[in-house]
Formats: sequence, C-alpha cells, structure tokens
Amino acid sequence: MPVFNLTINGKAHSVDVDASMPLLWAIRDVVGLTGTKFGCGIAQCGACTVHLDGSPIRSCSFPVVAAVGKKITTIEGISEKMDHAVQKAWIELQVPQCGYCQSGQIMTAVALLKTKPHPTDADIDAAMAGNICRCGTYQRVKKAIHRASELMK
Amino acid sequence: MQPTSQLDRRNFIRLSGLTGAALVLGFRSSGAEQTADAALYNLETAGSTFEVTPFVIIDKMGLITIMSNKPEMGQGTYQSIPALIAEELEVSLDKVIIKQTSGEAAYGSQTAGGSSSVRGSYNQLRKTGASAREMLVTAASQQWNVPVTECYAENASVIHKPTGKKFGYGELVETASKLEVPKNPTLKKPEDFKILGKSIQRPDIPLKVSGKAMFGMDAQVPGMVYASVERCPVFGSKLISYDDSAALKIKGVLKVVKSERVYGKNKYEGIAVVAENYWAALQGRKALKVQWDYQGFDKFNSKEYEQSLRDMAKQDGLVAHNVGDFDKTFADSGIKLEALYETPIVSHSPMEPMNCTVNWMEGNKVEVWVSTQGPNIIKKEIANSQGISQDDVKVNVMFNGGGFGRRLYGDFATEAASIARAIGKPVKMIWTREDDTQAGPFRPMTYSAMKGSLSADGKVTAFQHKVISPSINGTSNAKYDKTKVDGTMVEGISDQKYEFPNMKNAYVYSETHIPLAAWRSVTSSTLAFAHECFIDELAVKAKKDPLAFRLELMSKESDAKKVLTKIKEFSKWGSPLPKGWARGVAQYEFFAGLAAHVVEVSKKADGSIKIEKVYCVIDLGTVVNPDNVKAQVEGAVAMGITAATKDGIVFEKGQSLQTNFQNNRMLRMNEMPKVEVMILADGGAKIKGVGEPGLPPVAPAIANAIFAATGKRIRRMPFDLNKIV
Ligand code: FES
Ligand code: FES
Repeated sequence: MPVFNLTINGKAHSVDVDASMPLLWAIRDVVGLTGTKFGCGIAQCGACTVHLDGSPIRSCSFPVVAAVGKKITTIEGISEKMDHAVQKAWIELQVPQCGYCQSGQIMTAVALLKTKPHPTDADIDAAMAGNICRCGTYQRVKKAIHRASELMK
Repeated sequence: MQPTSQLDRRNFIRLSGLTGAALVLGFRSSGAEQTADAALYNLETAGSTFEVTPFVIIDKMGLITIMSNKPEMGQGTYQSIPALIAEELEVSLDKVIIKQTSGEAAYGSQTAGGSSSVRGSYNQLRKTGASAREMLVTAASQQWNVPVTECYAENASVIHKPTGKKFGYGELVETASKLEVPKNPTLKKPEDFKILGKSIQRPDIPLKVSGKAMFGMDAQVPGMVYASVERCPVFGSKLISYDDSAALKIKGVLKVVKSERVYGKNKYEGIAVVAENYWAALQGRKALKVQWDYQGFDKFNSKEYEQSLRDMAKQDGLVAHNVGDFDKTFADSGIKLEALYETPIVSHSPMEPMNCTVNWMEGNKVEVWVSTQGPNIIKKEIANSQGISQDDVKVNVMFNGGGFGRRLYGDFATEAASIARAIGKPVKMIWTREDDTQAGPFRPMTYSAMKGSLSADGKVTAFQHKVISPSINGTSNAKYDKTKVDGTMVEGISDQKYEFPNMKNAYVYSETHIPLAAWRSVTSSTLAFAHECFIDELAVKAKKDPLAFRLELMSKESDAKKVLTKIKEFSKWGSPLPKGWARGVAQYEFFAGLAAHVVEVSKKADGSIKIEKVYCVIDLGTVVNPDNVKAQVEGAVAMGITAATKDGIVFEKGQSLQTNFQNNRMLRMNEMPKVEVMILADGGAKIKGVGEPGLPPVAPAIANAIFAATGKRIRRMPFDLNKIV
C-alpha cells in the first residue's frame, strides 16, 4: 500500500490509501478536513471543488495519486480570519442558505477572480455553471462575485 | 412547542454547555397548561431533572445562551427563532450563544416544516424574552433600591436613567431568579424593534463561508467506520441471496451486513458494506453479487401509470368541495373549456445526500448525528423500528444541507441504525447521489382534470378542479382510508379567493407502491400549475387580460386580491416589453401562505424560451428578516423552475431512469432569471410562512408567459424550454 504525501493548505500530510481513491475522500475521511463537500461524485455539481496549484478541480473525480507534489487548497485554506474578499462579499450579501454547496461555489469564484479580476455576467455564468446550488442562491453568488472584484481593487 | 416531559440534568448540561449557577427561563408544564417559569440552578449540583424547559439561560458572568428548537436547513431558523427571544431580552444576536435542541421531549415538536417555524413560535418566544427582561429590570431596581420605572434594559444591561448606573445581566441573575415570572409581560412595540423586521446578518453565514459549518455529513465520532448500502432499485423487491466474498477482499472493507430501511409501512432490505473509509465501502459495494426477486414490480413504468391516471380522470371521484350546481350549470353552458394537466414525480435532491451517523452502545443506548428537519421524528422512527425506547435515542441535530421536505422522514436513519446495531460500532452511512435520486421517497405527480364554463359576457359560471393522483399518506400509512378525500392531495384547490357561483372539486385516488413524500410546498407545487394555467385559459376564452380577469373574479377584499393588485403595480403589468418578450401571472394560497408572481420570458430566434425575470409578491403579515425572506423566495423560484422545466423522475422496468445530476438536471447559474421580491408585511397578528409560498406560482406563471409569447398552451410538466415550439 503506497503512502502519498499531500500538501494541503501549506501543511504536509501523508495518507495511506488506495491510489484510485478520489482526493475528496482523502481530504475528508483521512485528513479530516470536512469543509470540502460530497454532492454527486461524478464531477457534475462542484461541491467538492478544491484548488490544485491554484486551479479549480473536482476532487471527487480526481485520484489522490495525481495530487502528489502539487499544492492543494481547500476552503479552510483560503484565509485564516475569514477575510478573503470573496468571503467578505459572501457575508455582506448573505449568499448561503443551507450552505452545503458554498465551499465549492467560493473555491470556484476565487479561482475565477484570479484569472479574471473583473468578470462580466457572462464570465460568471460560464465559470460557475458547474456548481449546482439546490437552494437557488445563484443571483446572490453573481452579485457577490462582482462585489468581491470591487473589494479586491 | 408543548413541553411534554422534563429535561434531565445530563441532557441539559450537554445542551447548554454551561456549568456553575445560571438563571434559567422557559416553560413549565403543569397538566395541560404551560406557564413561563424561571429558576436559578446550580448546574453542577442541580437535581436530576429540570422543572423548567429552558429557552434562555443567563449565567453569572453574563453569558447568554438561547435555544433554537428548529433545525436550520437554509431557511434561517438558526437566527429567526433566537431572534424572537433576543429582541425582547434587549440583547444583540451576535452576543448570544445559540444552541440547537436535539429532540428532547421537553422541547416538544422541533420539526421545521410547513413554513411553520416562526409562525408557530412568534408570540410564545417573544413573551419568554420579555419576561426575562422584566425580571432583570426589577432585579436591578431592587439592587439599587430605586423605582422600577427609572430603569430600562439595553444591550444586555439594565440602566438607571437618572444616574446612568449600569448592571450587566450577569450581576442580576441571582436577584432576578427569586422573582415571580410575570404572567403578562409587556411586549415591545414593533416600532422599537432592533432585530425583528430588520435584515440582520445571519449567524450561520460565517460558518458557511469558511467550511466550519458542521453538516450531518461532517460528523466525526471516535472509532467511526463508514457504510454504503446496496438496495434494489426496483421498489418492492425481495432479497434472494448475496455473495460478499469479493467485497470482503477489498482493502479497507471490514464487514458486510444486512440492513433494513423503514419508511412508514414499507420495509426495504439492503446489504451494507462497512469499511474504514467511504471509498472502500463503495468499492466493496460494487463487488457484491446480489440476487433480487422483483416480485413483478419490474413491470412498473411511468408510461403505463400515467395512462392509467388519464383513464381515471373520467371517474367522478370523491367530492372535496361543492357549491351551487356545477353539473347542471356546466352542462347547460354554451361556452365551456376542459383540459387535463399533468405533472411528474420529482426528487428532492438536497445538495447534501442522505446520511446518518449512529453509535449503538451497550444496553441499546443510541446516539445519532444527523441532518434532519425533525429530531423527534428521528428518535421515534429509530426507536420504533428497532424496538427500543425513545428515551434511549439521543439525537445531535447538524446543519441540514438542504431539506425541502425530504428530511422530514427518518427512513435513512432507521437504515443507519440497523447497520450500527449489527456491527456494534459507530458508523457513518452515506447515500451516494444515485441512492438519493433513486431510492425516494419522491414528490407525487398529480393530474388535474379541469372544467370551466363562461357566460356570454365572459364571467365564470362553473368551475371544477378534479385531482387524480397517488397519495403521500397512502404510500406510507398502512391505515390509509381511501374512502375519504385526502386533504393533502387537494391542497388549496378550494381555497383560492376566486368567486365561482358553481364549483365542484373532487379527488380520484390512485394506488402506487412508489414511496412518496412531502416536497417543498407539498401538493400545491403541482396543483397550482393546473389551477392557475386553467384560469388563464378561461381568461383567454373570455378575451380578457389574465390579471384583470383574476381581479374581476375577486369582488370581495382579501389578501389574495391585495397581492394581485400589488404584483400588477410591482411588475409594471401592461407596460411595453422588448420584442419577443411576454408576461404571465399566477398566484396561489395554501396552508403555508400566499404569493403571486409575474414572469417575463423571451422567445429566441431558434424558438427556445428564456426565463428573463420573475417578480414576486409574498404576503407575510409580519416579517422577521426581510433579506432572508427574499433569499427564500429567490430559492423557491429556482426550485420551481427546475421542477417545471428539467427532468423529473421517470420509471422504466420498475426503477428510476434518473440517477445523478447528469440526467436529473438542476437549474444552473446561467439559467437563473433575475428575481425581484416585494414583501407585504402590514403587521397584525396573522403571520404567514416564508419557505414555501414562493414556489407554487412559479410553474403556472412561466407557462402562462410562454402562452403569451408563443400561443402554445402547456399542460404538462416538465416542459423543455428548448422544445416549446
Ligand atoms: S461531488 Fe464532485 S462535482 Fe459533485
Ligand atoms: S446553499 Fe444550499 S445548496 Fe447552495
């Protein structure tokens, strides 16, 4: 059984799991960081979104072996004091309802703003269409991304 | 919220997290009566039970704890319930600790459903807060030896007006606890409210933007293992045999046991693979070889079932409501319309799939961690299915990753309990999204046979709404009485404020073995589609504007009339729209409340339809958090669009064809229209619900707008916006 060395939020973790195990379960069940969520398991909903070297991936469909040697960032790692511009905007606009999809929404939004600091509505639609929110917070997610973009100026 | 028994000390300390002495204020039940009561308890040495069911606890350091007895599923009760107390107690919500109750019998029903949480608690909880405030103010006046009229409460302290002297609440606890609890405390005037009616930030939001909110899925119990359950996707099947030899060889798999899930009268067998981590459990499940006896249920399919509903539409059914002489008026009328409306079965699909963590301990004591809308339901269903006492089931209510009615049922918890009992270890059972999509229970379909007649001058002379459907209660309750009209299945159809001189509504019951359940706004979510589209059909036949036609049908003043009048103004009904755009309107009133929507759609060059904008007016009477109400209505619109225009659940060979989000699609960001919400809150005693009323008008308003844009009348949900014309 191989041991994989993962760097999650700047910290080293070694996990002793099956190489085919999706990164999601290594993060949740083995490392114990539960902010990243399971929603579908087939890269359809975005609840499990984390960053790999800064780019968003669906961790439910990404084998743990492929994450070795890369920088993994989860929702717990985007800020220490909840003061990332995206988090601030999310609080200001009271985006979450049940909240279950929101780690994924935020991780996707953070990545979007990195590549497009001033996204248009169409950019947001394109980037966020992979994140389902069953509670229907889309209108607020969109507003909050614009707001975060302002806050980052 | 009827306290039915006493809270024991152990539970109380666990709930409140407090030690030392504290003023505890809440309710005491004496016989059928329940009265506000208070006491100073030394929590370390208090007797074994507490006579008072606490809602507010203030310790000597001034730490204030408020209980929330309704689970949080995104609807905002984590704020709105404590807000009722905090407002009267004069403390700001960010200064209190909110604790979620866990199904303790003393707290009575803790179910969040039917948009009832705030409506049901509004006065009682405010009184509790007001009693505490009055006692603290009196205590301060006694400690200072000044008239009570010179003292007032503000910001968790009592202030002596003339001198500006101040006591923190903690310093008053001892004196206050010796006072009588005021029977009729003075409630604050709405104009003095600092929390209620204001858009105050919700306390759960920071937790939800940082990954810190703990959902059922996130429960961690020392020594916990994971389980995934193989069930037969064909409902009603029996297990013949299974071979777990390959499963047991998979690294991490610990055990394979039989499980049983109980949903009302139905019992579903399963084979649970228990493993060190969830991924291993899933791999083990894939390696199982299982043989099922379908018992003929693999012949069931939606196509035939739907045809049977169409055939049954010819039956008279049971009369649900009858005024005037519908039969004769309709028969004699020269202008009449008939239409059959059809709706699908749909899934709830909260983003957090069903899951439950259970620790089965010695002496059949059970502890449960679960996302649920009703901890009492979980206790009861686990206790009943396992033949143990409810008192031995301890429930930890976690944040719900969506509820929508699905988490009003404890079936998945009974399944997890059966596994935990078999293995004697704490186990977290997680449903895959496929399980969650296919295993039900589902929202039922309803078919509606509509009839209406008009006079020559375009007035409705006779109206009929006949519902043909399976029944939620019928699929779960062994004692279902099919000789009586099922009130839930005809919900709202006889309560609209349209004045029809002759109306006869009816219900035709159709048997099914598919498990069915309440879904956000229950049967109104489908019946409103038929009801409000048919009203539109009558308006068209009468050659009248659909909104004006509706208002003409309401000569008497009513909330519905007020809401329609408001939506007309709010949506600028009748004002010019861009080319290719059109509007539709719908309203619906039912047990949870009342709302009306105007939807604007546009027809694209390729013939597809886009939902551009939704205007909503929701009638509440009294509002706790306006911004949260808006969020709830925005969410109801999104959910309503999904139910109207996406896949629904279709059965073939006895099982759901839909498995996951690729074929049971949900509305996505790029499809979300702009939503504008107006809240009617003119005060008064009447309080209406928030979570559900925004849903029923969505589908009919869209369909009516599509008719206005294309001339095509839609009588079946779901309808694909890309394939209307
Ligand atoms: S859980 Fe990974 S995309 Fe849905
Ligand atoms: S906030 Fe509930 S699913 Fe998005």
